[in-house]
Amino acid sequence: MAIAIKPPRWQRPRAQEWREWVEGYLFASPFIIGFLVFVAYPMAYSLWLAFQRWDGIPLTPARFIGLANFQKALTNENAVLSLYNTAYYTFLAVPFQLIISFVLALALTQNMRFRDLYRAGFYMPIIVPAVASAMVWQRVFHQDFGILNEALGWFGIPAQKWLFDPSLAKPAFIFMSFWMIGRQMVIFIAGLGNIPQTLLEAASLDGANAWQKLRHVTIPMMTPLIFYNMVIAIVNSFQIFIPAKIMTDGGPQNATLFMVLNIYRQGFQSFDLGYAAALAWELFVIVIGFTIAQFYLSNRWVYYEVEK
Amino acid sequence: MATPQAVPTRVSAVQATGLQKLLGRLWLPLLQILMTLLLISFLAPTFWMISSSLKVSTEIFAHPIVWIPKDPQWSNYERVFQIQPMARFILNTLVVTFWAVLGTVISSVLVAYAFSRLRWPGRDFWFALLLATMMLPEIITLIPRFIMFKNFGWINTFLPLTVPYWFAATPLYVFLIRQFFSGIPFELEEAARIDGANRLQVLMRVLLPLSGPVLATVAIFAVLQHYNDFMNPLIFINSRDNWTLALGMTTFNDPNDPKWELAFAAGTVMVTPILILFLVAQRYFVQGIALTGFGGR
Repeated sequence: MAIAIKPPRWQRPRAQEWREWVEGYLFASPFIIGFLVFVAYPMAYSLWLAFQRWDGIPLTPARFIGLANFQKALTNENAVLSLYNTAYYTFLAVPFQLIISFVLALALTQNMRFRDLYRAGFYMPIIVPAVASAMVWQRVFHQDFGILNEALGWFGIPAQKWLFDPSLAKPAFIFMSFWMIGRQMVIFIAGLGNIPQTLLEAASLDGANAWQKLRHVTIPMMTPLIFYNMVIAIVNSFQIFIPAKIMTDGGPQNATLFMVLNIYRQGFQSFDLGYAAALAWELFVIVIGFTIAQFYLSNRWVYYEVEK
Repeated sequence: MATPQAVPTRVSAVQATGLQKLLGRLWLPLLQILMTLLLISFLAPTFWMISSSLKVSTEIFAHPIVWIPKDPQWSNYERVFQIQPMARFILNTLVVTFWAVLGTVISSVLVAYAFSRLRWPGRDFWFALLLATMMLPEIITLIPRFIMFKNFGWINTFLPLTVPYWFAATPLYVFLIRQFFSGIPFELEEAARIDGANRLQVLMRVLLPLSGPVLATVAIFAVLQHYNDFMNPLIFINSRDNWTLALGMTTFNDPNDPKWELAFAAGTVMVTPILILFLVAQRYFVQGIALTGFGGR
């Protein structure tokens, strides 16, 4: 990732070096200032807030309450439920997303006609604004007039209530997420194109059939991208918000109350700012924890070619 | 490419039965059919939205589903624009998107230049921070940002939706441009430096003219990001006059309102510009994702 910068050609005078330092900081200053003001300070503030009780009204000062917000975040019924819902969604949606996008990528690297058209078509859903797609899918899932039940009806499957059925709402969200796997698919397609042909040919010469080549050449070569897609998909899935806010508003019976929706409600509807901050930190620790854990575990299954 | 002809090469003669040969020959047409069916189902929701935006209510609630409205009701769009100030929402969205994208591109280019071309103490540290913030969940800074912008008196203005992006607030774009700059040979700049150009001139006259593709990719991703943004307008904008499309659209989404055709029309209004952008600039989308692994949302 880090690309070495060539050393300067000639020995610069001291003054020039100084100048470059100043220029470096000047050019980087938008990021440095932006990071301090819009990331570092808010994070520090948020951490402070997580130990306070405050309703956001300037007249009533925040009151230090120790770990009470964190205690509530870990024990409150809705908080625990939202963690469960989010984990349920993430750990069911992500593996299937990866499998579907990988299989699609494999299919769309075969020698078939109109390949680019298929690729564009499968990619298209993710550029549909999330608000618009949530609005459409809310109706796709409609019991009486939605196209999903209509299509299932062709196969004799009875109409389901989907978003109105607590046991089907999360599966419906997961199903909807399969519609938006275009990004992962494109990454896999790019990766499949980079697998050296010589490897596949060598495997053929050794008598490997298509399945064996897939199992022993293609998939091992793709593990870095599978890993990458997995990390990003988990990070994103943990932050699911828009569909839940628009399609179900957390219902039915809180079946789609996900973590970010719960934080939004506590922070911006109940104005329990300290508690919301504590919930946000819980999410942050989980997301970062998973990311680090995945990097740690990745040594066991991700194949990295040694850099030349 | 694993061509299908190459598939059954050295399967032992006993195994290469008629069935397998047949499969080898039929595999590609089968795949083509399967992919076509899948593609149709992928496109169905969007198509259904667009076609339903032109239906009368009875067609929307008809069984079996009406795919093409008999008499397209363009008046649905008129009604959408009458019920809500959609023109206003569109204008707001354009203003916000324009300033946010402009700020994103300018600030990301400057920062990327510092990280790819200049040597200064602390550079690696700041670059590591930049990469780390890519993984940062937006929600963690949302509440403090709300309080901060409230203290600034920025709530219900476009400032929270635009100003932060003049400070390279999306690290991915800096990273993308930096990687691109790193691929441009140093010699080009050195010639300009020797001719007495300063850093900014070098950046503007040497690097930027070569960076069209990456700038296009960044600009397109940024347009999508700000056009689609829902969370930030939801938090920072509270009067209807300042709503963006993403917010305004949700008013048509009342589950108790049977006027689905209006919701679909509003959705179509929001989706159409993006679809056109996608058709026109498709290669930048795909190139951007392939380069970075991000994109879309």
